Amino acid sequence: MPNLKALRKRIATVRSTQQITRAMKMVAAAKLRRAQEAAERARPYAAKLAEMFEAVAAGVEPDTHPLLARREERRIDLVVVSSDRGLCGGYNSNLFRHLAKFVRERAGQELGLVVVGRKGFEYYRRRGTSIVSQQVGILTTPPATMAAALAAEVAGRFEREETDAVYLAYNRFRSAISQTPGVVPLLPVAPPAADERPVDYIFEPPRLELLGRLVPRYLEALVTQALLEAIASEHAARMTAMGNATTNATDMIGALTLSMNRARQATITKELMEVVGGAEALKG
Amino acid sequence: MANTLKLEIVTPDATVYSGDVHMVTLPAVEGQVGIYPRHVPLLTRIVPGEIIVRKNGDEQFLAVGEGVVEVTGDRVAIVTDMAVAVKDIDEARAEEARQRAAARLRDKISDEEVATVNASLARSLAQLRVKKRHRL
Repeated sequence: MPNLKALRKRIATVRSTQQITRAMKMVAAAKLRRAQEAAERARPYAAKLAEMFEAVAAGVEPDTHPLLARREERRIDLVVVSSDRGLCGGYNSNLFRHLAKFVRERAGQELGLVVVGRKGFEYYRRRGTSIVSQQVGILTTPPATMAAALAAEVAGRFEREETDAVYLAYNRFRSAISQTPGVVPLLPVAPPAADERPVDYIFEPPRLELLGRLVPRYLEALVTQALLEAIASEHAARMTAMGNATTNATDMIGALTLSMNRARQATITKELMEVVGGAEALKG
Repeated sequence: MANTLKLEIVTPDATVYSGDVHMVTLPAVEGQVGIYPRHVPLLTRIVPGEIIVRKNGDEQFLAVGEGVVEVTGDRVAIVTDMAVAVKDIDEARAEEARQRAAARLRDKISDEEVATVNASLARSLAQLRVKKRHRL
C-alpha cells in the first residue's frame, strides 16, 4: 500500500515543479513575441539589400569579388546556431539530427564547425568534430553584433582559402508551434541570375567598388536574419516544451491525488474494521 | 503618380520612412544629390550626413549613416545602418556616443575595431550636425 505521507510529499514536489514550468512558459511566450517582432522588423532591410545586391551583381563574373569566388568544395565550414540552455524540447537535437544527415551526404569533405551556443559546442566536442570557434550568449548579445562577428570570421576564412564554402544551419521559424531545422549556403555569395530586363543604372562609385561595399553588408544581413529567426525558434520551442511539461504535471497531480485518496480511504476502512472487530470480540 | 517619388528608408531595426514625396536630397559619396521624379536609374553609396525630404512644400530632415541608395524612375530606396528624424535625435545620447567612440579610438585597438568605431563616430557626428543645423 502506498504510504500516505510519501504521496503527499510527491504531490507537493510535482506542484512546485509545475509552478516553475508554467513561469518558464509564460516568460518564453513574452520573449517569443518580442523576438518575432524583431525578426519582422529586420526583414525589409535584408530584402532591400538583396534587391540592390542583385542589381549590382547582375551579370558580373563571380571572380570579381573574393567572396563570390566559386571553388571546388574540399573543405567546408558550417555555422551551427544552437541554444545556450536546455529545457527547450527538441530544439537542439532536431538540428543536430538534421546536420548529421547533411554531413553524411558530404562525406569526404573536410568539415569545420563555427558553433553558436553552449549546447552545440558540448555536443560536437563530445563527438570529436573539429570546431573552428565557438560563441555563447545568443540571447544576451545584440543579434547584429554577433552576426557581424560571425560574418567577419567566416568571410576571413573564406578569403584566406581556409575553407571553400560556408553553410549556415539554424532552426527556421515557421510558426509558434513549428520550427524546422535548415541549412542554407552562405559563401560564396551566390550571384543572382542575370536580370531579364537589366536596368541601366548609373553607378557611383563604379560598380565593382559598390559591389565590394554591398557584399559584406549583405552577408551580415543574412546572418542577422538567421540569428533573429533562431532566437524566435528557441523561445517558441521552449514555450511548447514548458507548456507540455505543465500539462504533464497536471496529469501527474491528478493521478497522485487519486491514489492518495484511495490510500486514505483504505486506512480509514481498515481502522473501522478494527474497531468493529474489537467491539464484536468484547460482546462475545 | 508621375510627379511623386516613392521613398523608402530602411535600417536593420526598422523601416524608418515609407511614403510618396516630391523630392529628396541625399549625401552621396560624390556630394549632395537632389532626386526628383523620373531621375535616371542610379545606384550610389551615401555617407553619414543629412537627408532632406520634401513633400508638398514641407521639408523633413533626417540624419543618416553609411548606406546605399537605389533610384529607379519613381522609387528611391535607401538602405542604411542608421536613420533618425531630426526631432527624434537625442543630442545628449549622440554626444555621449561620440565621446565614447573618440575615447575608444585613443586606445590600442585592432584595425577592424577602428573601422567599426569610426563608423559609429561618424554616425553620432552626423546626428549632432543635423540637430545643430535645425535648432531654432
